[in-house]
Amino acid sequence: MSRKAAATRRRAWAATRYHVIGLVTSLLFIAPIAWSMLVSFKSTTEAARPPLPPWPVEGFTTQSYENLAQYGVGIWTYAGNSLSVAAATVVVTVFISLLAGYGFSRFQFPLKNALFVLIISTVMIPFQSILTPLFLILTRLGLQNTLPGIVLIYVTLHLPFSIFMMRNAFDAVPKEIEDAARVDGASVFLMLRRVMLPLVLPGVATVAIFAFLASWNEFLAALILLTDQRKYTLPVMMAAVRSGQFGTIDWGAVQSGVMLMMAPCLGLFLLLQRYYIRGLTAGAVK
Amino acid sequence: MIQGTPPQPHTPRRRGSRLRRKQLVGLLFVAPAVLLVLVFFLAPLCMAFWMSLHNWPLLGRPRFIGLANYEALMVDQRFWGAMRFTAYYTVIVTIAIFAVAFPLALFVERARPLTKLYRTAIFLPVVVGFGSASLLWSWLMNVDVGLFSPLAYRLGLTEKPVNLLATFDTTFWSIVVMVVWKTAGFNMIILLTGLQGISSEVQEAARMDGASGRQRFFRITLPLMRRTIALALILSVAGSVLAFDQFYIIADGGPQNSTVTAVYWIFSQSFVSFRLGYGAAMSMVLLAILVTISVVQLRLLRTPEGA
Repeated sequence: MSRKAAATRRRAWAATRYHVIGLVTSLLFIAPIAWSMLVSFKSTTEAARPPLPPWPVEGFTTQSYENLAQYGVGIWTYAGNSLSVAAATVVVTVFISLLAGYGFSRFQFPLKNALFVLIISTVMIPFQSILTPLFLILTRLGLQNTLPGIVLIYVTLHLPFSIFMMRNAFDAVPKEIEDAARVDGASVFLMLRRVMLPLVLPGVATVAIFAFLASWNEFLAALILLTDQRKYTLPVMMAAVRSGQFGTIDWGAVQSGVMLMMAPCLGLFLLLQRYYIRGLTAGAVK
Repeated sequence: MIQGTPPQPHTPRRRGSRLRRKQLVGLLFVAPAVLLVLVFFLAPLCMAFWMSLHNWPLLGRPRFIGLANYEALMVDQRFWGAMRFTAYYTVIVTIAIFAVAFPLALFVERARPLTKLYRTAIFLPVVVGFGSASLLWSWLMNVDVGLFSPLAYRLGLTEKPVNLLATFDTTFWSIVVMVVWKTAGFNMIILLTGLQGISSEVQEAARMDGASGRQRFFRITLPLMRRTIALALILSVAGSVLAFDQFYIIADGGPQNSTVTAVYWIFSQSFVSFRLGYGAAMSMVLLAILVTISVVQLRLLRTPEGA
């Protein structure tokens, strides 16, 4: 046999090995999510048995989702709470970090560096260590146990990363573009909106996806600050369902709740993967 | 060339006011961010320290007690137990994550067909929350309706289904596996950026000089990745020290409070027992630890690569 044929065979073997390892690893990482999704479509009685096999043997049913919908004041209230908190966090974070990023990138003013360092250095301090005073401050402001209160806290938590991202995005825009617009007589705000905003949109996408995922998934602050059951976000509500606060644990309903919590994260990530990974590496490398 | 005085666009006075106006605009742009950080970060931070010097019940007047909370904390066995457990968990889980993530990063480094797909699949658990991941794993770990125990039983590995939440070791290691599943993808991507930062010319030159794959890994890849590896480890450490969701949701701190982490203990002292001042004192200790970690992180990251 020629050496060429042997080399080809060796390459084919290496490729096969690579893909076998790749597929098995990928399956291991996806399996828990896929398993849970399959179980969420089992009937309540079937979901109360070990998931072997994972797929519904007694036929696909949305019974678990229907059961889930009945919990507390109705699951859509909790999903709505989560969604409004996440959406408001995204909008406010993007707005504030756009302004601040522009300010830090393009203007000179007293204490500029000190203020920038002040904001960025808050990443060093874990918010877990200031939850008690936050609770008291929100109470004082009349915002304890309200969704706007928790939104303000989430926004503040995301500011260091978001402002860092936005300032870098503005820094990357050549000054000449603004000079040209200024000659045309554009005001500062018009310039930000019409000229700069389109150029920093990738940065905005990164800030938005991080703010969404973090606020949609956050558990501890929501657990502490939202005391009225009707205000619960999905993670707090589902933890209560799983701990049996609503009677016997319906594992099918738990799985459908897990799916409801995971689906937006997975969907957004798959859609905006590029911006997510960029934020991850920018935040990590710098 | 002969020139007269160049035309002055503005008198100095007007230029001064224009400059001030521009400064004011800049300040206005950053004002909302600064205000939020002051009200929801700096103020609570100062307040946490102030509270730690008080006996501070939820209702009723706080009473100044000086350093009494800190003195009580020094001899609080349960607090130090939680700290010890957190340290143990942090060391184990950081090693475990790295041991899984580094080979994965090496595996997905060279782009071949389907590599992107593998990267995405491994990364998926990172984007779901710790809350939902914990709910999912609390089901997988359940002895009656879950996957692991019944599967092991049916395969004949155990004589009867084992309740993973009954002993410390099985609870602990199941949660470590869950956290590795959830965060390996994140560390893989961080390490991948480090790997891709090593110029292929260096690797190629070493190959030409006859260095084996092993030699290239230990002599080139590893030393050049020191900074990235340090970063990945420190991010894991900082995240693990603050662990809460998985121990609260999956194990409820059990069995017999053996998996209560530092944040969990602060949470239960502050918001279950409502000893707010004492909780604040413990928060200060946790904060000091985290700031130390961050300072070490900055030091390491400032060290030039290969130095």
